[in-house]
Amino acid sequence: MEMTGAQILMTMLKQEGVDTIFGFPGGAVIDIYDELARTDIRHILVRHEQGAVHAADGYARASGKVGVCLVTSGPGATNTVTGIASAHADSIPIVILTGQVPTHLIGNDAFQEVDIVGITRPCTKHNYLVKSIADLARTVKEAFFLARSGRPGPVLIDIPKDVASGRSVYEPPGDVYLRSYNPTYQPHRKQLSEVARLIEEARQPVIFAGGGVLRSGGSEALTRLARRTMIPVTTSLMGLGAFPGGDPLFLGMIGMHGTYAANMSTGACDLLLAVGVRFDDRVTGKTDLFASQAKIVHIDIDPTSIRKNVQVGIPVVGDCRISLQLLDEMVTDARLAGLADRRAPWLARIADWKRSQPLAYQSGGAIKPQYVIEQVHALTRGEAIIATEVGQNQMWAAQFYRFDHPDHFITSGGLGTMGFGLPAAIGAQIACPDKTVVDIAGDGSIQMNIQELATAVQYGLPVKIVILNNGYLGMVRQWQELFFGKRYSATRMDHAPDFVKLAEAYGAVGLRATQPADVVPVLQEALAVRRPVMIDFVVEAEEGVYPMVPSGAPLTEMLLV
Amino acid sequence: MNTEKHVMTMLVDNEPGVVSRVAGLFSGKGFNIESICGSPTNDPRVSRITIATQANPPVVEQIEKQLRKLVNVIKLRSLNGPGCVRRELALACVTVKPEQRAEVLRIVDLAQGKIVDAGLSHLIVEVSGEQEEVQTVLNLLKPYGIKKLARTGPIGLIREPK
Repeated sequence: MEMTGAQILMTMLKQEGVDTIFGFPGGAVIDIYDELARTDIRHILVRHEQGAVHAADGYARASGKVGVCLVTSGPGATNTVTGIASAHADSIPIVILTGQVPTHLIGNDAFQEVDIVGITRPCTKHNYLVKSIADLARTVKEAFFLARSGRPGPVLIDIPKDVASGRSVYEPPGDVYLRSYNPTYQPHRKQLSEVARLIEEARQPVIFAGGGVLRSGGSEALTRLARRTMIPVTTSLMGLGAFPGGDPLFLGMIGMHGTYAANMSTGACDLLLAVGVRFDDRVTGKTDLFASQAKIVHIDIDPTSIRKNVQVGIPVVGDCRISLQLLDEMVTDARLAGLADRRAPWLARIADWKRSQPLAYQSGGAIKPQYVIEQVHALTRGEAIIATEVGQNQMWAAQFYRFDHPDHFITSGGLGTMGFGLPAAIGAQIACPDKTVVDIAGDGSIQMNIQELATAVQYGLPVKIVILNNGYLGMVRQWQELFFGKRYSATRMDHAPDFVKLAEAYGAVGLRATQPADVVPVLQEALAVRRPVMIDFVVEAEEGVYPMVPSGAPLTEMLLV
Repeated sequence: MNTEKHVMTMLVDNEPGVVSRVAGLFSGKGFNIESICGSPTNDPRVSRITIATQANPPVVEQIEKQLRKLVNVIKLRSLNGPGCVRRELALACVTVKPEQRAEVLRIVDLAQGKIVDAGLSHLIVEVSGEQEEVQTVLNLLKPYGIKKLARTGPIGLIREPK
């Protein structure tokens, strides 16, 4: 059947199960937009292309599906770069469709022409320039396959205008086969049985779980294995929710702002079972002294993650969920006999660490940001999807909102992109219309993509934006306080908009709390309306995030409250 | 840790942008390329790229894993040790006074090189062989004055079983 390129694209998108696209139109994609309007695919018009990518990212994380965004050539395409790099750093499956100038103009410095394939090469899993309409269908199919398989990631397809508007006979592409791309899902059995033996023998084991567990759908397998083998669990920022936050075996988050118990147990453990992590510098602190008493097992689907930052005893390349399930089968009940007695001293030591240095803050005076997060947790009964911006707000959300479920914490972990939270929350709300979605923000980062408030209002998305307003770029201020003699260079936000009026100007609800006693009633009011609400919590200006491991120090050397 | 020379060869899709992906990976990750040589194989859809780099063993391991991760890299092998043959081609334009010509020709002859261009005051010499052999010849030619030099860097193949 003869079709236009735009029709072929829509046919393929439908085939891949796409029902929502986040985008912003323009000249080079006008044919695609014309065709899109004839389909039942829902289009969400963002206010900036960066917002489209973050929204697709939030949608992907909340739904488990591939997020899709569509933008025009030139500035439309370059505006997506930060979003793409964020998704790449966090291994989130998204497909980015960019328009391109017609093929005969490529390379001519045409109007709104950039080499977006060249620009995004290092921050995509793979990317394509479709030079012929004959390649379009297969390329789209490959792109979705690459985005969701193996270690997931963003894939970009650059589509010249004449490819979208041209006509060709559509032939459904066959199954994707790439001889150069064959992710290893099945772990090496012998290697894994060695891990099972170590689990049985270890006296002081810790499981360290990351985003790979969530991406592979391995939370259930992890929880089962940890509970059966009575191994305490810590997670990276990206792994929060992979293990129930309320479980007694949960140690809290590891790393620079990890809990005392998590960092101390990692320093003292004799076996560290690292699953779906990549040993980021914010996790390890000084790498030579990271888990220095432990044999480290590292399970990951991406071989490049293994031995990149930390030397490991037993590497296992494979899918996290499959590996955890197999481990659970290999460790038999018979071999776990008498486990409770064997674990008792270790668990007692951990209980001590938890008791002596719990996550804490000093109350009194102004509103404490940690208190706001605790109240958000209480009033949403821990069931909300929490998106965050980046900085102190993100760390407090990670520390004080106890995540009991997978895929409920949506944060820019690897790249640390300010301005991520609001558009990501919009994407998550579209994926999960019945969920409460909260964006935990700072007064600094909320202003980086504040324009997306218009998107939330236009589509009636009842996203709640919790601004922890301390009048500072707080995380940098905290570093300046601790390591630069309190010289607050460029971190004081001397002027901020009136967030209540700003919300109202956008057509959202604006609320403010200035006293601790206001926090709960204001949150209740915000959660009661099914409209977008932005709440300005005027919080303690110079509150810090603790514990804190200074950059480059060993994990066990923490600054405490 | 000491860096050592390491040569790797890879089969890649013969498509625009593939060399850029490979080279971009080196620059983006802070790895150094000493030489890079690429051309299509007997299968026109596939090219072979050979890269020489200086790195310590863990870095080499990481480079190789990262390269294998590229969707367009079909196969990657290490080209080190006796299990493979390695050759480099060099073209050197040497300044040669008439009275020196005989000496230079003797050097070239000894190295089984070729003269591919000659003039009143220059010779363009072609030499090939193991990188060290090529370097020896170039060292011998250096005193006469090398005006221009082009080297391919190593290429190579894994030996078949005997």
